[in-house]
Amino acid sequence: MAGPINWLSQVASVSKFGLLSIPQRRGSVAAAVFGIAGVVAVLVGVLSMGVGFQRALQSSGAPDAAIVLRSGADSEMVSGFLRESTRVIADAPGVAHTEDGPLASAELYVLINLLKRSTGTDANVPMRGVEQAALRVRDQLQILDGRMFEWGRNEVIIGVGAASEFVGLELGGNLRVGQREWPIVGVFSAGGGTAESEIWTDARVLQSAYKRGDTFQSVHVKLSSPAAFQEFKDALTTDPRLNVKVLRQTEYYAQQSTAVTRLIRTLGYLIAFLMAIGAVFGALNTMYSSVSARTREIATLRALGFGSGAVVLSVMIESLVLALIGGGVGAVGAYLTFNGLHTSTMNWNSFSQVTFAFAVTPELLGQGIVWSVFIGLIGGLFPALRGARLPIAAALREL
Amino acid sequence: MRRKLRTALTLLSIVVAFVLFGFLCAIRQALAGGVTMAGQNRLVTRHKISIIQSLPESYKHRMERIPGVVLATQESWFGGVYQDPKNFFPQMSVVPEEYLAMYPEYLLAPEQKQAWLATRTGAIVGRKTAERFQWKIGDRIPLQSSIWTKSDGSRLWEFDLVGIYDGRDKETDTSLLFFRYDYFDEARVWNKGQVGWYMVQVTDPSQAAEIARRIDEEFENSAAETKTEPEGAFLQAWAKQIGDITLITATILSAVFFTILLVSGNTMSQAVRERTGELGALKAMGFTSPQVLALVLAESCLLALLGGGLGLGLAWLLVARGDPTGGMLPMFFFPKGDLLRGVGFSASLGVLAGIFPAWRAMRLRVADALRRM
Repeated sequence: MAGPINWLSQVASVSKFGLLSIPQRRGSVAAAVFGIAGVVAVLVGVLSMGVGFQRALQSSGAPDAAIVLRSGADSEMVSGFLRESTRVIADAPGVAHTEDGPLASAELYVLINLLKRSTGTDANVPMRGVEQAALRVRDQLQILDGRMFEWGRNEVIIGVGAASEFVGLELGGNLRVGQREWPIVGVFSAGGGTAESEIWTDARVLQSAYKRGDTFQSVHVKLSSPAAFQEFKDALTTDPRLNVKVLRQTEYYAQQSTAVTRLIRTLGYLIAFLMAIGAVFGALNTMYSSVSARTREIATLRALGFGSGAVVLSVMIESLVLALIGGGVGAVGAYLTFNGLHTSTMNWNSFSQVTFAFAVTPELLGQGIVWSVFIGLIGGLFPALRGARLPIAAALREL
Repeated sequence: MRRKLRTALTLLSIVVAFVLFGFLCAIRQALAGGVTMAGQNRLVTRHKISIIQSLPESYKHRMERIPGVVLATQESWFGGVYQDPKNFFPQMSVVPEEYLAMYPEYLLAPEQKQAWLATRTGAIVGRKTAERFQWKIGDRIPLQSSIWTKSDGSRLWEFDLVGIYDGRDKETDTSLLFFRYDYFDEARVWNKGQVGWYMVQVTDPSQAAEIARRIDEEFENSAAETKTEPEGAFLQAWAKQIGDITLITATILSAVFFTILLVSGNTMSQAVRERTGELGALKAMGFTSPQVLALVLAESCLLALLGGGLGLGLAWLLVARGDPTGGMLPMFFFPKGDLLRGVGFSASLGVLAGIFPAWRAMRLRVADALRRM
């Protein structure tokens, strides 16, 4: 019974020596702690950009909504239909209905050049023409300020993301596209989704402004239930009048985010991995100096009968404590700096701008802490082994 | 130099910092560096509303009549997929002779150029993409277009590979595939006679802004108004659509350097503290204070330069292995200018990390130092 308790008290007393001597070694301890904090902050910061981007695209899709594109098209940008096709799609089985008819919105998607506030350079801002069902298809859409545009008039509403990222988008102002002026009559939010990066107007007005004839690029529909998707898809893909691709909205937006998310993740992990190697060296340095500063104490304790296991464990504990402090500082720093930060980037699938907010999630913070624990373990292990192997006699002679 | 392990560990962390430096420079180069390949005498003319709007083929001759314009040639984005969307590389339809004249940095063997001019369905591709998919001249390249339908209703386009071009400079992007506009325009169903944008070559780069204004004036109040700007500005704006990459890499790098400065500065001051006695002895023997300062500084600079040199060398090797994302960053390499900057950084790291300990060593009073022995 006494064995384990005795051993624990040994670990505790050796650890105490280490932790109490930190103020004397504050320079090297601070270097190790900040090194680890830096790794965690960069890791969490870079990945939170990827998560934020993905989240913006994911929250654009609802499980009971679907998007129909021309077959072979990989984004709305390159898709196209005639009006007849959009009618066939709206009348397909599985589409939810209200008293006004099927919940299907045939839409147009174009880009316009606006200056990005942060860089002062041209950016491709998406402009969408919608039909009346659009607001019911995307039920998260809410007018925050001003009012909805009037159908059939040259008016636009702007997403909150677009309003903050691009020059010239102000409620009450005019948006100039080519030779046309479009009064901006409202600002809307869309639950954090990509629609917030867009400018919306009536599809018919946009058709005539862009001389598109009676064509559309996509049809967004609300299904009667998430399970109705298969029926809807089968009906459209087997219809000889159509040549289309049917996707759940969630699936479509997941595809749209893959390129950018993959890029950010690959680079984020690579950078963090390199930094972690550097931090391991820093931690090793600190812990070696911690062990050598206590050579006499450790040797004395060993001479008094303390086990080498207790020495190993106590050095590891010290290293872990430092790593966790560093990890915590890095995680909190990353959270305070990055969480909710607004920015925009180009979605490589459609070359259009997507505004989004960095998202520092609990998972990312947890991941950061796990990294710091690994750094602490590796940084503590070798110095701990050295401490345990110290020849007692030689070390005591240094007294 | 007595603490071999400590010195080695500090050296290694400096090495890692500079590997990271090299790597981030390559990333920045890949994302934003297209700008460095921009020709001084080239302008880009595109639709004013956005680049996705097309321009009429007839604009070429109207632009070439403007004084100072040598050549105007068109390009159109194709957006084809080779086997799998993951295999991304850009493809453009161009007018071969004009395009090669516009871009002298694309080096194509004369017989391959002749073959291209003689083959309507011919295409040329850059070395990088050819190697990536192991294509050889004579191969038939099937591309599934997401945009363009052929008159037979299919969107599968096949091109005969007649040439593989190289880049004249390291900055030259050799990931693109070019094929002939005449074949493309005849075979596509819609948008006939319309092109994506124009590249305009001017005689005198100093006149570029003036010529750009003239071009836009020429098409003012027409159905397709234009926006013309130097190629460099255009590419820079395009890169900035992704984000302010320079700012992001600079932020990460300063975090890294700050950390390394802390670690190595700490090592140096430990080293000086341990040798207080010896430094005192040196001074007692008649070494002047500046000499002691130089001694300590030299040690830290040596460490930093050694670590920096090793790190930059390693980064060079690592980056030379190629794009870590598999094709998304075709211009992934370590620019020479950044290499020199890296050497500069490592020297300043050595000075910064060593200056305080060295200062302390210089101010050391002989009596105090010797008493501590």
